[in-house]
Amino acid sequence: MSGLRILVPVKRVIDYAILKVVPLRRGIPRNVQPADMHSQQKIKPRINKAQTGVETAGVKHSLNPFDELSIEEAVRLRERKGPIKVEDILALSAGGPKTPDVLRTAMAMGADRAFHIDVPEKGDGGPEPLTIAKMLRAVVEKENVNLVLLGKQAIDGDQGQTGQMLAGLLGWPQATQASKVEVKDDAGTVEITHEVDGGVETLRAKLPMVITTDLRLNEPRYASLPNIMKAKKKPLEKKTLADLGVEDTRRLKTLRVTEPPPRKGGGKVEDVDGLISKLKELGAL
Amino acid sequence: MIPIARHSVLRAARTQLYPTRTLSQSALARLLSTLAVLEQRDGKLQSSSLSAIAAAQKLGGSVTAFLAGSGVKATSAAEAAKIKGIEKVLAVENDAYEKGLPENYAPLLVENIKKGEFTHIVAGHSAFGKSLLPRVAALLDVQQISDITGIESEDTFVRPIYAGNAILTVQSTDNIKVITVRGTAFQGVETEGGSAEIADGADPNAPASTEWVSEELAKSERPDLATATRVVSGGRGLKSKEEFDRIMLPLADSLGAAIGASRAAVDSGFADNSLQVGQTGKNVAPQLYLCAGISGAIQHLAGMKDSKVIAAINKDPEAPIFQVADVGLVGDLFEKVPEFTEKVKSA
Repeated sequence: MSGLRILVPVKRVIDYAILKVVPLRRGIPRNVQPADMHSQQKIKPRINKAQTGVETAGVKHSLNPFDELSIEEAVRLRERKGPIKVEDILALSAGGPKTPDVLRTAMAMGADRAFHIDVPEKGDGGPEPLTIAKMLRAVVEKENVNLVLLGKQAIDGDQGQTGQMLAGLLGWPQATQASKVEVKDDAGTVEITHEVDGGVETLRAKLPMVITTDLRLNEPRYASLPNIMKAKKKPLEKKTLADLGVEDTRRLKTLRVTEPPPRKGGGKVEDVDGLISKLKELGAL
Repeated sequence: MIPIARHSVLRAARTQLYPTRTLSQSALARLLSTLAVLEQRDGKLQSSSLSAIAAAQKLGGSVTAFLAGSGVKATSAAEAAKIKGIEKVLAVENDAYEKGLPENYAPLLVENIKKGEFTHIVAGHSAFGKSLLPRVAALLDVQQISDITGIESEDTFVRPIYAGNAILTVQSTDNIKVITVRGTAFQGVETEGGSAEIADGADPNAPASTEWVSEELAKSERPDLATATRVVSGGRGLKSKEEFDRIMLPLADSLGAAIGASRAAVDSGFADNSLQVGQTGKNVAPQLYLCAGISGAIQHLAGMKDSKVIAAINKDPEAPIFQVADVGLVGDLFEKVPEFTEKVKSA
């Protein structure tokens, strides 16, 4: 096998600091100043008045955290100098005018170039996974990609489908929720350890293939300032779905988006005896 | 007088409505034909299978169960045939499908779906279902609906988005609905009293492009986390793996509970990945969820807030977990949890 040509699809989503409060391994959630942390705790995705989606205007967005892991893994494959040399890391994202922001981040982390698939924002949550998978298939074929690294799910739609759909459309092997990726030989044998219910499982497949990443795979690097500056000079090409021969047809109609039923705290007790008697009262003990 | 008048108007309206309603329902039942994709491991049905069947039964039409693997007819297929409400069990006996690898399992399913003209395909949102069904959906050119928590009608489904912070109701326009279901939302299958016929499914013998090498599963005598009636869960506050084990294991034993953990605890190596509860881990909805040293990040709440009773022990009175806990105790978990364990044991 001549070289690894990696495609890393990424998504711009509402910043997970809004969704997430507990700090990551590193201590402090990325992009969140300690002073902000307390105020962040009170922010939650707000549902719009028309009940068609979540309010996104004026809300901080960033790279989907699982996609950071896939870029990091692509860059590490290059740095590890395994049996197959990494020839190209192409980052790609579909979305509105702000999409290049996340692509620049991806390039600052080490992607060589990027495609922005321009999809007008219609407030419908963007193209569905099946559409994205078809779009990716077209890019894979045109760009002669032999490894696609995707996040296991986007933290907005929580669907967890795109990677598997792409693998299905291409007829390629897939490994979902990878926690370890190892290129074994220059014939393109890859061993992947992935998360399953109750533990981990190891799979072996031959390139080309599709891998989706789990949180345990790696710790994404920070983009350094010099790398952020360099990323500004890396090529970013704009394309449309039509260029790739894909139509943005929706199969699922959003009927409404609502608040989940609220859950009220039942108050506190003074001591362990109080806890036990309250649990008995509630029928839980 | 007015109430009586209202009554009769209502009754008149009802008699007019009722026939059409029953008619459309029975018409629906005739057309609707669901394939429940069951998950088996070493010949035993997994809990995700039961939620797939529960959802299939809720859809209303006929329910066919599907199983594949080594010698499944005598084991998991026979087990499935006893489940009440299943019309038929399609079984494919072939070692190639034993590990549920999507590369050959997906074409196998597609072949059986097309042959059986099923309108709905349902599987549990377990690692097996999550990895397999989107591939099946793509092969059928269908947009899947993931991790549903409710069924409004044959084409309208409810699912959480944004880590459970919003609830989306979607209507599918696809001819075949491919769905994964959240286990905690679909329960109550009667595992006895059925006598479904076990028939051979079609086997296209699609090649497997992936090779299964090995697995490492966390062995535990405790109840399965996803289906346990009681769950005790520990977080960052436990400080180390040794402390996690010293504090949480006796607590779990005293309650006969499964053990869960927050992402922080898993990331810090206190507990195994497979114990993580939350948006990217497992969803649980036990009778009792007792957590210690967990602040209650939205991602964690996403995985446990449908629990019947939530109890929390945390030293920070401002921890968000207290906003959802039915009962909270502010205190040092290293004192309070062992005291609780002792008192429950001696009670």
